[in-house]
Amino acid sequence: MSLLSVRDLVVKFAMRHQTLTALDQISFELAQGERLGIVGESGAGKSITGFAILNLLSQPGFIAGGKIMFDGKDMASLSAEEMRLIRGDRIAMIFQDPMVTLNPVLTIGEQMVETLQAHRKISRRDAEKIAIVKLREVYIPAPEERLSQYPHELSGGMRQRIIIAIALLLDPQLIIADEPTTALDVTIQADIMELLLELCTNNKVSLILITHDLGVVSQMTERTLVMYAGKIIESGKTREIVNDPQHPYTQGLINALPQQTVPGQQLKQIPGNMPGLGSLPSGCAFHPRCDFATDVCKKTAPEFVSFADVKVACHEVARLHQTKEAEAKDG
Amino acid sequence: MSTLPLSRWARFKASNLVYDFFHNKVAMFSFMIFVVFVVATIFAPLIAPFDPYDPLQINIMNSELPPSWQAGSDPQFVLGTDDQGRDLWSAILYGTRISLIIGICAVALQAFLGISIGLIAGYVGGRTDSILMRIADIQLSFSTLMVAIIVLAVTKALFGTQSFNEYALFMLVLVIGIAEWPQYARTVRATVLAEKKKEYVDAAKVLGFGPLRIMLRHILPNSVSPIFVISTVQVANAIISEASLSFLGLGMPVSQPSLGSLIASGQAYIFSGSWWMTAIPGFFLVLLVLVINLLGDWLRDVLNPKLYKG
Amino acid sequence: MFAYLVKRIFQAAAVMFVISIISFAIQDNLGDPLRELVGQSVSEETRNELREEMGLNDSFIVQYTRFAKKALHGDLGTSYFFKEPALTVILKKLPATLELVLGASIIIIGLSIPLGVYTAIKPNAFVSKAIMSLSIIGISIPVFLTAILMIYFFAVELRLLPSFGRGDVVHVFGYWKTNFATWDGLKHIFMPSVALASIMLPLFIRLIRSEMMETLQSDYVRYAWAKGLKAKRIWFLHALKNTMLPVITVGGVQIGTMVAYTILTETVFQWPGMGFMFLEAVNRVDTPLIVAYLIIVGFIFVVTNTLVDLLYGLVNPTVKLARMGA
Repeated sequence: MSLLSVRDLVVKFAMRHQTLTALDQISFELAQGERLGIVGESGAGKSITGFAILNLLSQPGFIAGGKIMFDGKDMASLSAEEMRLIRGDRIAMIFQDPMVTLNPVLTIGEQMVETLQAHRKISRRDAEKIAIVKLREVYIPAPEERLSQYPHELSGGMRQRIIIAIALLLDPQLIIADEPTTALDVTIQADIMELLLELCTNNKVSLILITHDLGVVSQMTERTLVMYAGKIIESGKTREIVNDPQHPYTQGLINALPQQTVPGQQLKQIPGNMPGLGSLPSGCAFHPRCDFATDVCKKTAPEFVSFADVKVACHEVARLHQTKEAEAKDG
Repeated sequence: MSTLPLSRWARFKASNLVYDFFHNKVAMFSFMIFVVFVVATIFAPLIAPFDPYDPLQINIMNSELPPSWQAGSDPQFVLGTDDQGRDLWSAILYGTRISLIIGICAVALQAFLGISIGLIAGYVGGRTDSILMRIADIQLSFSTLMVAIIVLAVTKALFGTQSFNEYALFMLVLVIGIAEWPQYARTVRATVLAEKKKEYVDAAKVLGFGPLRIMLRHILPNSVSPIFVISTVQVANAIISEASLSFLGLGMPVSQPSLGSLIASGQAYIFSGSWWMTAIPGFFLVLLVLVINLLGDWLRDVLNPKLYKG
Repeated sequence: MFAYLVKRIFQAAAVMFVISIISFAIQDNLGDPLRELVGQSVSEETRNELREEMGLNDSFIVQYTRFAKKALHGDLGTSYFFKEPALTVILKKLPATLELVLGASIIIIGLSIPLGVYTAIKPNAFVSKAIMSLSIIGISIPVFLTAILMIYFFAVELRLLPSFGRGDVVHVFGYWKTNFATWDGLKHIFMPSVALASIMLPLFIRLIRSEMMETLQSDYVRYAWAKGLKAKRIWFLHALKNTMLPVITVGGVQIGTMVAYTILTETVFQWPGMGFMFLEAVNRVDTPLIVAYLIIVGFIFVVTNTLVDLLYGLVNPTVKLARMGA
């Protein structure tokens, strides 16, 4: 049985004059100990997916449909208090920018102890002991001294390590990491990712890694969802998606990776920008930027076609697939 | 179909501001009352049955008459009379006129000073900027009303009541106007700093436009909505300040009363039950300030500008 | 950290210096001390002699230095009207004003924080909307009008509360007599305190509400939710502590405004404090008293602003002050 199962999740934003759909029919499964990457440009709805799982959408966002099952429980049926007990304890979150994630006016110690005390009956002293152990696990030097320090006294990388330590405090089953390194210095990004991977594998924690970087996903995760304009457009084993991307958008993402470029050449960016939620194109939302777009793409939204371990939502891929199958039959 | 750019007016009509206005009863109602206030004060000499500045039209025999719906009233004085026998309705019309003039002129002065200083500080930068902003900090740390009370009190003691009364209106505009420029300056400066980084300012520079033209044509339009929001609140504050100063006898004299001085002269009579001499001018004062504050709140919600806090 | 304190004290001294120069300039231009002393019946010659003797013909700087030296020793001249040292007159009036400010501050702090926080947490609740509507009416009514209307209703019509003066006061120490020791004293200070608080309270409710709403949108509050903390801890520790930082800064500025409002409140309630005295002094052109008031008010400003800065440093760890044990 999977640890987390998301079925047809729909998230909407109630704006002043209209209601916008931010997530449209998102479905995926996650097994215990499995690592899943969610990839896409900013605005694709990756972070919203993460927050929706914990029911932490900020106003005016709300879950308009679908079902989220975690560890056999329907999240929608939980009371506010039951939901609180899952947050931070069973599912921990790592935010994007460590510079603004920790409360500036509380010490590191306070912010670690309170997390433990919110979920366990534990004395301050015992909580501090656990905190020190966890700080050591994320390779924070002199952890005892950190407890009395304030966030502003520490570097960004150090703060993100502390946030990872806080995530580990209660031995969660799932960690949702939302772009955990984008706000950090390039030189320490790899360190943090490595640390996260190490801790997840050692402790058998499931991970949802939200990122715009397919390169990171290929190193960190076993399965990947590619999102575009609030929809999943391709999903499957990470290895297959990276090595043999089907959807033109995924192909574009892979081609845009610096590793794919000969030095001296320009990066191959996908032309254009992702549309805003208020101005989604008809049919397949990607068609204005797609080289292979046909009239069908402009009119109807593509259904998923699945083959092998991959699911893709693209008319062109579906057509090619059919021709191939037909050729195979003929031949 | 031609794709001519929409005219300014058409864009304004299509904007969020107008749409919201017609869907917001409080805003529409407040605006209506405000317009009535402005029209009534502009045409005060035509509307008012008496001239409150003309001593010949004031008869002490008519003093302390209650408003027309109470016993013992005289029908020619709709809202009653004050302690000198002046028609309260006429005095209120003229008083509101003075309150509004002082409020608007003082804020115009604040805005002029603040916008100029903010533009200079933001655009020139460096030492000029830090000196100007330090002055703004110090200016802000002193309460406007406190400074105004002291300045006016000393001026009054220095020149005597007679000549002070002559220049009271001018002094009030000056004192309230000079005191509160930092709000504007900080906001405008912040916009300038933000806009300065953008390409079009560089482009304008490359094209050889002078700093004044760049500021007026390119930067200033971007600070319009915060300036608008600040000004609304500031007019309300200025009217309250003026009323408070006049109430203390440091503003408009009784011979040429603003709403504040009317309330002050009526204050002594509430013990004898003549409530209308304070309550009625008080009501108009509160109503005026309230609708301006409501409009300010609404503007802040709709335009949602980045205001400089501090 | 120590440098911060030194810098703050230096700033305070600079502001006091400017205030003293202004005060001196006023004293120099307002009224002729000679006339107050000897009257008009003295010949021009003797006048000049006296002027010379009193040092009135010295340069501005010499005269200012003399004035500053005396001021530092607490000599701010003698009130023309009270025939007492100006400082003594003010010190006698000071407790009444400070108690009024204290009464108003209790009301403002005691109500603005819970109401501001409540309206921020539950912005759509009926109670919140009612509070917000009342608050915008509150900021639109000038202090003096609130005071007059309160007198009309509670003193004239209902005869519940006294309309003027301090009533029964109990002697504490020095010049200090308090209103907070007897029922009659409390009854007398109630209306003036409410009136003084009436415009500041809605202002602070609105300020706390908007700051709190902004803080509630912040990443660290969202993170606190994600950690599974209890709502009360998030609201009253994580959010409120950050909300109070800008509120403290604004509060420091508002103390000055509050002193200005004491003049209005004291005038309406004939409260025997410094503000009431100041207006009388202005009407009597009692220069030493006006100057003394300026200096004392300036001093209160400077002290409170410094205290507010220190308090800010204590709450905000990025100003490393908590650590210096100040």
